[in-house]
Amino acid sequence: MHPAPSLILFTVLSGLGFGLMVWLGFGALVPLGWVGFVFWALAYGLAGGGLLAATFHLGHPERAWRALSQWRTSWLSREGVLSIVTFAVMAPHAAGSVFLDRPLPVLGALGGGLALLTVFSTAMIYAQLRSVPRWHHWTTPAVFMLAALAGGGLLAGQVAAAGPLFALLAVALALHWHMGDRRFAAGPDTAESATGLGRIGKVRLLAPPHTGRNYLLREMVHVVGRKHAARLRLIALAAGAVVPAVLLVALPAGHLLGALAVLLHLAGMLAARWLFFAEAEHVVGLYYGRR
Amino acid sequence: MTALPPPSAKKLGLVIDLDTCVGCHACVVSCKEWNSQSPLGAPLADLDAYGAAPEGTFLNRVHSFEVTREAGPPVVVHFPKSCLHCEDAPCVTVCPTGASYKRAEDGIVLVNEDICIGCGLCAWACPYGAREMDGAERVMKKCTLCVDRIYNETLPEPDRVPACVKSCPAGARHFGDLGDEDSAVSRLVAEREGFALMPDQGTKPVNRYLPPRPRDALPEFDVLAPYLEPVTEGAGGFLGWLDRTLGKI
Repeated sequence: MHPAPSLILFTVLSGLGFGLMVWLGFGALVPLGWVGFVFWALAYGLAGGGLLAATFHLGHPERAWRALSQWRTSWLSREGVLSIVTFAVMAPHAAGSVFLDRPLPVLGALGGGLALLTVFSTAMIYAQLRSVPRWHHWTTPAVFMLAALAGGGLLAGQVAAAGPLFALLAVALALHWHMGDRRFAAGPDTAESATGLGRIGKVRLLAPPHTGRNYLLREMVHVVGRKHAARLRLIALAAGAVVPAVLLVALPAGHLLGALAVLLHLAGMLAARWLFFAEAEHVVGLYYGRR
Repeated sequence: MTALPPPSAKKLGLVIDLDTCVGCHACVVSCKEWNSQSPLGAPLADLDAYGAAPEGTFLNRVHSFEVTREAGPPVVVHFPKSCLHCEDAPCVTVCPTGASYKRAEDGIVLVNEDICIGCGLCAWACPYGAREMDGAERVMKKCTLCVDRIYNETLPEPDRVPACVKSCPAGARHFGDLGDEDSAVSRLVAEREGFALMPDQGTKPVNRYLPPRPRDALPEFDVLAPYLEPVTEGAGGFLGWLDRTLGKI
């Protein structure tokens, strides 16, 4: 699949922002006054910025509000609705903490739960697609939610909790890659089932329907840059999860160390999300003789 | 509303005969032509049409496959592919705006271009690559089963079929109600063992494909062979003498 920068930024940044909201909402950290302002601005800024980035992926961003209507069936719609509801429910808790020194823990906890659900629905936008076997797997929501919780915990300064969460994230990433590499081949879809010609023999594309590029190939048969996948996986795993975990567990906590861990995690997750898209093969590639 | 309607009794769709298709792409061109002048939606874009890398939006494309058999030479199969108007259409339920919908009355899957935000998720959800984002309009395009022809009473009766069916010079495309067991298309599917594409995706496509018929095999004996035996044995006269003499040298 085409690794669109807008979608990579969206999933990484809003995941991190909603992850921070989970920790702030459930009261693991109740920052008041100016400190509170910084934390809440970071959470709203990351989550909102990510959502804004996602609208750049749309052909008609001016109609984005229409995406809130089909929450009964569509995970993308649910994600939009949940993020707005989360923002709204969280707002009194955030404003109370920052301006009145009066946090509202009940609304906070409700908002925290909604923030976690928002991240889950983001992951389900991808995990629901049976046409992309690598995504259609439980490791997709696992990676998204652990990344949000670990990254958010790190931003919230929850060193003791974030360390083990990073370790879990590393395991989830490794599992997502390991199992994902086998999903397409293990699945039932082949060029023979795609064309129904398997009853005659082995199927091979002789002539594509067009000599040039098209939307389908650009969007769903993206094979550029996969040769660096193994190296990028190592970078993503190390920077995104392993090194932050080791830093948090082994070294004394501090703002400088925290900032370093955040930047490493962010870089690692951007690489991991690039791979998430670039390595995902769509079954339509079977009609084009490539994946 | 992107919830799927209950399965309709009427299931309009296409039956494509892979035995007959000659791969001429007439259906591709006529589809593009009809849907570029239809009031149903924006024209199908052509980008860089006269440049180095031309590309365009198509609702129907013809692939050509080579099928290697266990015995006999490989077979070439031309394979037109467009929207299969699935009963469990994943492209419809993922749509966040309600632009994508399946008609309750005849099962046709359509896009309301006026409320499509161009997110592309429906194209991702379709395993068949039946949807393409228009390069100019930035909204999703797909086969409408020529809904503006098949019910169009201003057209003469024989023209009330999808443009691709009308234009096929080989008669490889058939249009009809696959929900009706007695319809011509349903009988064709039953007779020729028509099949659905990628059944494991669980989409329950309405369109069916008819497999290529078995090829004729050459008979194993050859009636002419006895007449083609070498005839130089026992030649007489000058040629016989020459043959014998040369053989001795």
